[in-house]
Amino acid sequence: MIITRRNILVGGAAGLLTGCDALGKNEDFRKLLALGEKGNFAIQRSLQDRMALAKEFRPEQRSPVFRVNGTHEPRGQAYATHVAEKFANWRLTVDGLVARPQAFSVAQLMAGPKRSQITRHDCVEGWSAIGKWTGIPLKLLLDAAGLKSQARFLVFHCADKMGFGTPYYESIDLIDAFHPQTILAWALNDQPLMIGNGAPLRLRVERQLGYKQAKYVERIEAVDDLSKLYGGKGGYWEDGAGYEWYAGI
Amino acid sequence: MAKSESKRETANPSVSQPQTVFRHRLSTRIWHWVNAVAIFVMLMSGLMIFNAHPRLYWGQYGANLDQPWLVLPRFPGWATLPTNYDLALGRHWHLAFAWVLAFGLLAYLLWSLFNGHLRKDVALSRAEVAPAHLWEDIKKHARLDFHESEARYNPLQKITYSLVLFGLIPLLILTGLTMSPGMNAVLPWLVDLFGGRASARSIHFICAMGIAAFIVVHLVLVVLAGPVNEIRSMITGWFRLSPPPASSAGDSA
Repeated sequence: MIITRRNILVGGAAGLLTGCDALGKNEDFRKLLALGEKGNFAIQRSLQDRMALAKEFRPEQRSPVFRVNGTHEPRGQAYATHVAEKFANWRLTVDGLVARPQAFSVAQLMAGPKRSQITRHDCVEGWSAIGKWTGIPLKLLLDAAGLKSQARFLVFHCADKMGFGTPYYESIDLIDAFHPQTILAWALNDQPLMIGNGAPLRLRVERQLGYKQAKYVERIEAVDDLSKLYGGKGGYWEDGAGYEWYAGI
Repeated sequence: MAKSESKRETANPSVSQPQTVFRHRLSTRIWHWVNAVAIFVMLMSGLMIFNAHPRLYWGQYGANLDQPWLVLPRFPGWATLPTNYDLALGRHWHLAFAWVLAFGLLAYLLWSLFNGHLRKDVALSRAEVAPAHLWEDIKKHARLDFHESEARYNPLQKITYSLVLFGLIPLLILTGLTMSPGMNAVLPWLVDLFGGRASARSIHFICAMGIAAFIVVHLVLVVLAGPVNEIRSMITGWFRLSPPPASSAGDSA
């Protein structure tokens, strides 16, 4: 190859790129990079008042259409049956490290105390949509079940399986679990949740990104350690695609 | 300007010792290179993140069924970090080097305030912003005559550096923070300041393109003004002033 200035420039740039790609594949370097997001978690948690609310909007500020993302409809006969039965036999169980395991029907949850909030849903991909969510504060369910003192995280088990073959699941820590805006929503924009938006129950954790907002929630499990579940990273996308567990940025 | 021209007229090949001046102090040089790496990582990983949803909106929200003001094709692999689509890894790069960018700028600005760099070298004097003087400087740039700015920054340079230091990079940092739902709960006024998250994302992209344009012009000017001497001065601090034309052949070899 003749060495010209152009070759040096192009070759140099290509070399840098492959170098960066190689670095990105190196496990130790990835851990180093991940420190950035761990730092964000630490600093956001130290700056954030535990009860600080996500911004709430006026009704006319809502998106005309709330986009459906991720699973559009869970596969399998079990979910299809629930749809046919209008979720009359859907049960939300709360178990794991709790004193009194619980099982709630959707009707029971809808009859309980409710909270409505018009908030912005931010997808990790960059789009946002504003909608009104109505549901029962998670705190009430946790109070009913009585968290044991070893419990540190809540895991949300979902009825949908996605591309990686494992069920969707997500997890949050107790700060978010007891946050006033953390609800199990059963309505979007004053209508029962549509299938695409997570019917019959979906988690709302308003200070984090969209992939935390688990849909089709069937079971809430209190655990002391996330590493024993599935891929061990605390969530479907965390295990499968490498997203950060803390989705506050 | 008279100085550099008179120097040329009194060209004397026997005076071959080039005059060097100390142009960049250590803090400027360290920040320049650290920031250069950080900016490139931020731009390229930012394009990877942009590729996940290459549409921009104004206002509080914006998704596929809303009206975008800009829709772009995905940026090619050579422009993104990593090369192949990987949003999680792009975010790892972006959110790690954001610390380098933000705290690097903060340290540099504080230190430059402390050591007088901002006041002595970057701040514009009243005379420099006089229209006639600026016009003179624009004409000189058009002629690719950079002799006067060898020892000191010229007015256009000062304006550009100020825009980058106090405009583009701080805006990038603030709009970046605005896109974080966690930070929204800490600093709700920031979202209002930028007119919503979708607007903040648009401003973030526009500022990033501004930085990319700055880099292109910056590199072109470095090449035109003598890349070896320019780069050396940003490494060692010492800049060799243009020798008289007669002995300039073979310079920067």
